[in-house]
Formats: sequence, C-alpha cells, structure tokens
Amino acid sequence: MKTAVIVFPGSNCDRDAAMALEAVTGQKPAMVWHEETELPEGLDFIMVPGGFSYGDYLRSGAVAARSPIVNDLKKKAEAGVPMLGVCNGFQILTEAGLLDGTLMRNASLHFVCEKAPLLVETANTRFTKGYADRKEILIPVAHHDGNYFADEATLDRIEGEGQVVFRYANNPNGSARDIAGVTNAAGNVLGMMPHPERAVDADHGGTDGLALFESVLGKLS
Amino acid sequence: MKARVHVYLKPGVLDPQGQAVSNSLNHLGFNEVAGVRQGKLIEIDLNTADAEEAQQRVAEMCDKLLANPVIENYDIELSA
Repeated sequence: MKTAVIVFPGSNCDRDAAMALEAVTGQKPAMVWHEETELPEGLDFIMVPGGFSYGDYLRSGAVAARSPIVNDLKKKAEAGVPMLGVCNGFQILTEAGLLDGTLMRNASLHFVCEKAPLLVETANTRFTKGYADRKEILIPVAHHDGNYFADEATLDRIEGEGQVVFRYANNPNGSARDIAGVTNAAGNVLGMMPHPERAVDADHGGTDGLALFESVLGKLS
Repeated sequence: MKARVHVYLKPGVLDPQGQAVSNSLNHLGFNEVAGVRQGKLIEIDLNTADAEEAQQRVAEMCDKLLANPVIENYDIELSA
C-alpha cells in the first residue's frame, strides 16, 4: 500500500497524517515537498494535510493551490487516485478546483476547536463504507475558515449526486446546509474540515476516524 | 504602470467581518451606518506601458489567483 502526504510551508498536520497512514498500512507514507513537480508512481492514496499553508495569505489555501506539485496532484485526481484533503487540505483542494465550493471565515468569526459530532450522510463511498453501521461519529475540528459556501445550484447538484459525505450535527461554523465534507463527481477526491487523522488512536480520545482510513486503504476485515 | 485591484464579495455572500465592523461603527455612534462589506485592495506595479495589455494580463491574474470566482468579483483600475 503506497501512500503520500504533501507538505507545504505552514502545514502542521502532516505528521499526524503520516502517523495515521502508517498505523493503518504499516508503511510510512512518502512525504512530498510542495516544490516537487511529480508525485511518486503507483500511489494508492494521497493526503493533503491541515495547517496554515503560507499563513493563509490572500485566502486560505490559495497560494498552496498554485504550488508546483499541484499540477501532478490534478493529474492523479483525474486518473482516479483516491485523495483526502483535511482542513487546510480541503481549502487547498477547493482552491485548486478539484472540489466544488469554498471555505469562508467562520460565521461566528471565532476559531473553533472542539470534538464535532458528524452525521455520515452516505456509507456508499470508498471513504465511508466502514461506517455502514454508524450514523453519527465524533471527529475533532480546529479551524477559523471552515464555513462551506457554494451557490444554491451547486449545493443542489452535489447533494443530488450524493457528493455530500459528512454533515455537522451542530454546525460550528455556519457551513451551508451543515456540510462538513464533500467529494468530487467521480468520488475519488474527498475534502473535509474535521480531522479524522486526529481520531485514530485511543490516546487521541477517540477512534472514530479510523474507519475512514481503513475504508479507503482497503483494510476492512 | 500601476494596477489597483479591488476584490469584493459577490452580492448575497455572507460577510461576518463586515457585519462586525458595521456593529462596531454603530457602537461608536455612527448610527447612519446601515451595513459594511469588507473587501481587499491589491496594488500591483507593472513593467509595461501598454494599458490594453495590462488590463488583459491583470484580469488573467485575478482569474488565476487574486479572486475566487465562487465568492468574489473584482474591478481593475490602471494608472500611469
């Protein structure tokens, strides 16, 4: 199982992502610096981690989304390689045009840092099949710009196509229609503000994120 | 020549920062303030004297990086 984590200046969840991937696959992921122009061949999964790439200059994720590595990330997305963007990674994927919508300043203007109850909207994705028996999970959130926005037509379309994967039970940031995580139309790219990689070990205070990685990495028994 | 790019939220997009500024102005006694929308002003120095080319290139910059078309519009103002 070959995985990679992309690292930007200001990423701060890259090691959490690497530990989660190693815990599930037994192998260390390739850590790929944003200035690289190509990802390793034969990747089974790519993670775009959280953090504050480029200090959130201009817009969260805007500068990182124009990094050299992102050209190859787009090619891999088109080729169907599964990838997950968490928090700043979600912002980067929307800025790169790989996911619909954008993440705006939280409606409360407050940074939110808490365990957020999420509703698993569909277990019919490669990322969520491990949640077939669970409707609500608890995953940490920590962000200032997590307020998901898209125009009404886009929201209707992604809801209609089953691309809304997670919703907040108690919307912490003003996101349109309580959306916490969405996929692209092909279903191989998932972006979410909550941090599943921070909920894969009992010492994290919860393990509700584990099934996501087990689902997408094919480790379900 | 110089370009001044105004980037601002599209109508209907919630602007909580603008609302907070509006509330603060009201608290200061500026009761005539009925609403505030907050945007960005980006000043760019350009190595060109061709206004037509500058307009086109700066629009391209806006489309590729400076503005997010999901939520923002922009205006470009050129000066010598």
